[in-house]
Amino acid sequence: MIFWQLFIAFLEVGALAFGGGYAALPLIEQVVVNRYHWLSLREMTDVVAISQVTPGPIALNAATFVGTRVAGIPGAIIASVAAVLPQTLLLLFLGWFLFHGGRITLIDRALKGLRPGVGGLIGVAAVSMVMASLFTSTAPLAIDFVAVAAFVVVVVLLLKKLDPIKLIAIGAGIGLLGGLIEHLIGV
Amino acid sequence: MSLWQFFFTIFKISSITFGGGYTIVPVIRNEFVVKRKLLSDEEMYDLIALSQSAPGPIAVSTALLTGYKLKGRTGAILGTVAAILPPLLIISVLFFVYESFAANFWVRAALRGMSGAISAIMIFAVYDLSKACLYRYKVFSGILMLLTFLVGLLTSISTGLIILALGLFGILAFTFIPEERIP
Repeated sequence: MIFWQLFIAFLEVGALAFGGGYAALPLIEQVVVNRYHWLSLREMTDVVAISQVTPGPIALNAATFVGTRVAGIPGAIIASVAAVLPQTLLLLFLGWFLFHGGRITLIDRALKGLRPGVGGLIGVAAVSMVMASLFTSTAPLAIDFVAVAAFVVVVVLLLKKLDPIKLIAIGAGIGLLGGLIEHLIGV
Repeated sequence: MSLWQFFFTIFKISSITFGGGYTIVPVIRNEFVVKRKLLSDEEMYDLIALSQSAPGPIAVSTALLTGYKLKGRTGAILGTVAAILPPLLIISVLFFVYESFAANFWVRAALRGMSGAISAIMIFAVYDLSKACLYRYKVFSGILMLLTFLVGLLTSISTGLIILALGLFGILAFTFIPEERIP
């Protein structure tokens, strides 16, 4: 039963994540965090951070991570296959037509509505990730000063167009430094 | 290029390409257009354009279509498998590392810093993405983006439903209103 749930959950992510990159995030959050509670929002933020320093798309990394947690390695395989199944079937089906100069107006039109909307949804995912990482709790409001320090430094470095992988590594360094300070003053 | 060579090339590319999204595109181009001259730049450009019309990771779509173009359906399936294997292997190993060390104080501290960093990166990604979306049909796209943001933030309507509605809206708007009249 759990395999079926994993399959359906990541099939939905795979079928609806248009636009690549962060487009899968709002869907993963909805399915994995809100619907099935396989990860907390904080763990999901960890997965996204890990995802950025390892090869592979976020959707597949999340599928593997969640699949392994819920049902071991077979779960990881099922979730990963489910995540790419919709695009595989669609592109195999459309491939011939498209390689012969065909154009699919319907998909083109749908994408014109999807792109900006998905931008908005990624905005929502960004807001919830910022909340989960910068605040240890929202009621009462408690700020994670280590995460905030990393956030501020990275914002400054982003303005200088630094590579994301280096930025996450810098974030880890600031985290360790913050941890050391907390350790020394005994928070 | 044999099927096995193709599989191994995609596997290698997928193992060393960090970050997801379009990052794999220049690497695939370099391998198949520049080094091996199996595809022209125009063909590559078509593949990239096509991979955007399907959902799911761009890396997987690009690998699938490159395989399709070079080796037919078998190539397409092999390209897909080669693209998903490296993250599957790497993340399942990292999962066990994460589960055993996530509670450790120092690992936790590093992860707190990393999640602060990723939050900042996300905000900039949203900004870049908005700029890219607003390239054409500024008013139409801007309103749609803002509206979706508010609906996503303030209501509990399922993300999947919102996406389906957006696609349908795009189809209706661009079918019934002449393109040049959409602001």
